[in-house]
Amino acid sequence: MATYTQQDFKSDQVVKWCPGCGDHAILAAVLRAMPEICEKQNIKREQFVFVSGIGCSSRFPYYVNTYGFHGIHGRAGALATGVKVANPNLSVWQMTGDGDALAIGGNHFIHEIRRNVDVNIILFNNKIYGLTKGQYSPTSKFGMVTKTSPYGSVEQPFTPGDIVLGARGSFFARGLDVEMALNQEIIVRAAMHSGCSVMEMLVNCMIFNNGAHAEISDRQFRADRTIILRDGEPMIFGKERNMGIILDSLKLKVVRIGENGITEKDLLVHNSKEDNYGIHSMLVNMKGPDFPVALGVIRDVEEKSYDQNVAEQIEQVKENSKIHSMDELLNSGATWEVK
Amino acid sequence: MERKVIDAQDVVVKFAGDSGDGMQLTGTMFADASALFGNEISTFPDYPAEIRPPQGLVSAVSGFQVHVGHKKIKTPGDLADVLVAMNPAALFVNAKCVKVGGSIILDSDTFDLPAIQKAGFKTEDPIAELKLEDYNIIWAPITSLTKESLKDSGMDLKSIIRCKNIFTLGMCYFMFNRPLNFTEDYLRKKFAKKTELIEPNIKVLNDGYNYAANTHAIGNTYNIAPANLEKGTYRSINGNQATAWGLIAASEKSGRPLFVGSYPITPATVILEELALRKNLGVKSMQCEDEISGICTSIGAAYAGNLAVTTTSGPGLSLKSEALGLACITELPLVIVDVQRGGPSTGIPTKTEQTDLAQALYGRNGECPIMVIAARTPSDCFRAAYTAAKFALEHMMPVIFLSEGYLGNGSEPWRIPKMSEFPSINPPIAEKGEEKFKPFVRDPKTFVRKWAIPGTEGLEHRVGGLEKTPEGAVSADPENHALMVANRQAKIDALAEFIPELELFGENEGDILLVGWGGTYGHLFAAVQRLLGEGIKVGLAHFDYINPLPKNSAEIFKRFKKILVCELNSGQFADYLRAKHPQYTYNQLNKIQGQPFMVHEIVSAVKELL
Repeated sequence: MATYTQQDFKSDQVVKWCPGCGDHAILAAVLRAMPEICEKQNIKREQFVFVSGIGCSSRFPYYVNTYGFHGIHGRAGALATGVKVANPNLSVWQMTGDGDALAIGGNHFIHEIRRNVDVNIILFNNKIYGLTKGQYSPTSKFGMVTKTSPYGSVEQPFTPGDIVLGARGSFFARGLDVEMALNQEIIVRAAMHSGCSVMEMLVNCMIFNNGAHAEISDRQFRADRTIILRDGEPMIFGKERNMGIILDSLKLKVVRIGENGITEKDLLVHNSKEDNYGIHSMLVNMKGPDFPVALGVIRDVEEKSYDQNVAEQIEQVKENSKIHSMDELLNSGATWEVK
Repeated sequence: MERKVIDAQDVVVKFAGDSGDGMQLTGTMFADASALFGNEISTFPDYPAEIRPPQGLVSAVSGFQVHVGHKKIKTPGDLADVLVAMNPAALFVNAKCVKVGGSIILDSDTFDLPAIQKAGFKTEDPIAELKLEDYNIIWAPITSLTKESLKDSGMDLKSIIRCKNIFTLGMCYFMFNRPLNFTEDYLRKKFAKKTELIEPNIKVLNDGYNYAANTHAIGNTYNIAPANLEKGTYRSINGNQATAWGLIAASEKSGRPLFVGSYPITPATVILEELALRKNLGVKSMQCEDEISGICTSIGAAYAGNLAVTTTSGPGLSLKSEALGLACITELPLVIVDVQRGGPSTGIPTKTEQTDLAQALYGRNGECPIMVIAARTPSDCFRAAYTAAKFALEHMMPVIFLSEGYLGNGSEPWRIPKMSEFPSINPPIAEKGEEKFKPFVRDPKTFVRKWAIPGTEGLEHRVGGLEKTPEGAVSADPENHALMVANRQAKIDALAEFIPELELFGENEGDILLVGWGGTYGHLFAAVQRLLGEGIKVGLAHFDYINPLPKNSAEIFKRFKKILVCELNSGQFADYLRAKHPQYTYNQLNKIQGQPFMVHEIVSAVKELL
């Protein structure tokens, strides 16, 4: 078994993202994760295929030294599905953005998740169209001023995790460009998940939406405004590690540990393996100022993948069929002889 | 009345009724029984887009025409010798499709005044109103006889009435001296899981037969002797099934697994259905969320090393056009089947046309040449699909196979080929190598690149929609772009060395050359035969390969005084020929009514041009 270093996954192409772009951090995390994934899954570099659509993040395949397919706008999900169904032994990675996956490619995105195709999707969410130079996206905030919303956007944004859960997704995680170690951890977890894994990576766009996620990514507030979810651990956050989340009646609530008799034991304990969508949906939707934004693997439920089902059904039908070749098919059914 | 048995060379029968009357099934059973009996057949289903439109209206009339012959049959026939009309609306629509003096079988139970008015007749007497007095009108109380036949069957009345098509079929079997056993066997198989329906269906079939034999409702009967077919094993096949099978055959021959990504669309859906059924031969079929996903999943599968196919009709091809450009620039093997229908937009989706030719040739952004081929007859779709796959795989490119609703839905007897009769398919798969793989380095003669399949060690590379250098690096360099555009065109031009030369049927030189492509073949062939019989010096040049054209095309054109390009559009192939071979004058015969040509229309057009 070959052992790799991250250097083995670096391509010879010059990375052309703007200096300071959040995409650099995700590339770094992917390159670091690759050797670990190869080891854990016993796979080789030539088994990786990186597929993308169009947008800044979709240039990603050029920057990894694996098989790669830079597709057309919005269609990465369909291309990736085709690759995976054609050869389930490949490890297929889909690089997409908030415009690519949620606007022009929305239909493919939801159906890829619904089918549970074993593809690892990294959705770079910078809440802006960067490559076309600054138009609002489906995740831009209401009121955001951009070149196509000069008086402020009058559209409500999507929460990508909501779409993933709504399409009955089996894996959803959220990362943040500045959380390098966490991102790497998420990427390895996604690779290990059999089924469609969606990783929303919150990334900054220095040029057209600088500070896209500043309210949670700034060092001074990050600990107070985000919570990293880990299985089996109580939901604690804050610089002082004294804040927590409880379930109060049917809603989540932020509490201060030690106040009103609250102890760690009262806090929710994260379980990404919980089949019920309810709690995961609440976690996905936590937003400031009342709640910290949830990071980490929120949902990771095992369910047989589409590509596995396709392959198994073919094997079953083959076993039960009397027809095993084209000549046999041609001569099956009603035929007659002319002498 | 004296009853005669007429020995006929061929007869045309048309079954017409309400959409829910089972006319498509009745026609198919009649055609299959005739094929099994040993006749030549050709069929033409003609049905409305709606599944169960309001009964009794002319818009709900569904028809199925069958041409049965003792000699070679090339078309479903122009006008019918016998029309079966299950209600006044079916008569109203189809009376004009019957030969003067022909026979018309009518269900007298359905000709009450409200139904006659609903069908749009202005008087109470449809026969007089349509001036059918000189026709052989056969009135039979089909509905009440069916009720009588099945009164003890235990079936409910609604189900009993639905069997009136089988009663009618029995009558036709007597009229045309067809054996009943093929259809009885078929019914036993069809109802294998509802065995209680077998006996009633067989009974009503026989009762229909006996009714026709015992009463004198039907006068003369026809005898069509089995055709003198080439020796071999035969089956009946329709164009969509033949297309699906041709693709599976190419997969087996090339050793590349077959992936099909498609979205249901009339009249192409049957191809996807047929492929979905063939998991026993390893077919991976995917019903995608839309047409774009259909082609994009296929492109992904092609990149991963499968024989990838997407099947559609005109509107779907429009949706796929951006991705066709992607398949062209990435130079991946892909078969696109377009079963053409009447357009633009939704148009007349269940009717046939040849109006997507321009779309197939030009309908993409940038300069994006794609090979375009066509099929002549329903069974010829097998060859066309196989050929499309062979060229796609061996030349690393998308290939569009233009089928037609007329071909997809039509059926004919087919001498079953052996797989050993077909040429091998050898895709240029790159072997594991020491050197860095350069995806767009090509063979200097064919301009074909190698196919490096993911999973192969050392051949990691990137392809995509952005222009690349031969080495595979993204490039906006002006000279490189010019070179790549020229190379992609040169690759298509080079195909002319690999496709068969154009063949000429009829006179080797003469007054008029008929030019056609696709599913008009049968009608053009029959017209040329008739004209030759009349001593007129005509030839037929029928194109299976459209882009590129066979290299001897001009050489054939110059042998005739006049050229008449016949197609089911306003002149798209004629315009294409004007661009490719401008030195000739192209006269046109066009029809855009959602219907195939009639042989007599072609014959008249040729005589006018003489």
